Amino acid sequence: MTITLYDFELSGNCYKLRLLMSILGLPYDIVPVDFFPGREHKADWFLRLNPFGQLPVLKDDDLVLSDSGAILAYLAKKYDASGQWFPDDPAITAEILRWHAVADDITATSSAARLALGYDYDFDIEKSQKGAHRIFRLIDEHLWFGEREGRDWLCAPSHPTTADIACFPYVMLSEEGGISRQDYPALRRWTDRVRRIPGFTVMSGIFPAGPAKVD
Amino acid sequence: MPNAPDPITRNLWHVVAATDELPLGLVETTLLLDTRLALTRGNDGEPVVWLRRDEEQGDEIDAGTIHDRLPVRTAYGYTWTCLGTPADDLFPIPEFAEPDRVNMSCGSIGIHVSAPRAVENFLDMGHFPYVHTDILGSEPHTEVKEYDVEVSEERDEVLATKCRFMQPRAAKSATTAMEVEYVYRVPHPFCSVLYKSCPEDESRRDVIGIFLQPMTEERCRAHLLQSMIDSTSTITDLRRFQQTIFGQDKPILENQYPKKLPLDPRAETPIRADKSAIAYRRWLSQKGITYGVIPQAS
Ligand SMILES: N[C@@H](CCC(=O)N[C@@H](CS)C(=O)NCC(=O)O)C(=O)O
Ligand SMILES: [Fe+2]
Repeated sequence: MTITLYDFELSGNCYKLRLLMSILGLPYDIVPVDFFPGREHKADWFLRLNPFGQLPVLKDDDLVLSDSGAILAYLAKKYDASGQWFPDDPAITAEILRWHAVADDITATSSAARLALGYDYDFDIEKSQKGAHRIFRLIDEHLWFGEREGRDWLCAPSHPTTADIACFPYVMLSEEGGISRQDYPALRRWTDRVRRIPGFTVMSGIFPAGPAKVD
Repeated sequence: MPNAPDPITRNLWHVVAATDELPLGLVETTLLLDTRLALTRGNDGEPVVWLRRDEEQGDEIDAGTIHDRLPVRTAYGYTWTCLGTPADDLFPIPEFAEPDRVNMSCGSIGIHVSAPRAVENFLDMGHFPYVHTDILGSEPHTEVKEYDVEVSEERDEVLATKCRFMQPRAAKSATTAMEVEYVYRVPHPFCSVLYKSCPEDESRRDVIGIFLQPMTEERCRAHLLQSMIDSTSTITDLRRFQQTIFGQDKPILENQYPKKLPLDPRAETPIRADKSAIAYRRWLSQKGITYGVIPQAS
């Protein structure tokens, strides 16, 4: 098998896949795509891979896949022998897919604000920021109650799943969109836990967690 | 109301776009010194810049119908304009014209910090091992060795020379760690150019420029230039390398407080590495720059 990731370093959606593959110890090749400033994701050769003109695209031998959430599920089902990252249980599958949808909402808000402020995209900054705060408030609550019940991750299992990978990048990059995480302590504790998953890797703009607090 | 920019700043040439990235016949909008600008390129490919009225980003426009134009220059792949009375010349980067160099823009990236803060970060080698870990530096090689700083009277620019740093991956073309020698120039209050040993050819230097477009006193756009000696990498590869570095600097820069650069030498305890920063701050002070800085109390 040869896995190829069509990748842009500063893309949180591409990073989701680099992160899972790093955790799973999966080797892969990178084809850099000049998303900015080159807009190569709208070039003919790229549109033949993904007519929607979006990164990331992943090729596994001859199979061409797009959408980060779909690819996370594929990689986990195919290459995660432990079965933990995308468990088969129907209820848990539904729970994970629910959070993959939240991850897309985070892209549509937090990432949109970041693209507007940093990369000259014509998105409504205030509306994107408000939308991100609304989602962060909901996640913070969900995680806060989870912590009280002994649940550390977004979904029910006692270990992280692709739901955590999918939601992580644009939560971490929110400050670049002018969205502070100061008021979401449970959300911040969760980002620390994600950063301590064995095999964790960074992207440009995301730094490793500090040393764990020992009491 | 924002403060009016000081006359020095107002009369400078300021970068506003990568010329090739300006669409032909469509409006692009931006902000310079709190002033709304509109830009386009005519069918001849030449950029046109004017004070924005009701134009919106993406509007169709015939450049020929724009009569009240701001002064424009193109240099180093970028479009420059001026809101006051510009000087004849922009600072020189002679290397840019060498025929075998690969010259490219690497994106214009908005950052929530003043332009002078971004220049100062560009000059600072002390952050390499911590922010650009395993690329431009790595522990335990954290020491910034002694280097020289002067203000060149003749060229009116800050010049730091003999800067050396141990780098795991100095450039896209690097295959091993090497001790790299740097020269930094600050030839414009909001622009800096560095020269670093080139992994591919010992006798030459790669050139990297950062040109800051001051949008407001606390926001700017960083326009990145690479002028490289590299016979194997693609433009996409080279851009990716530079963007990876800049993407690491961005959150660090945006976390600086205050966002304007304090010029009072006592305002922030300078660490030893900051010799060039001190020279830069003093140079801005002597010029009378007040935009994007907290001027020294007199
Ligand atoms: N749901 C998609 C969203 C992907 C997405 O928004 N990709 C961005 C880059 S991070 C993109 O290519 N945007 C260009 C566009 O949407 O036209 C996923 O998760 O993969
Ligand atoms: Fe840096």
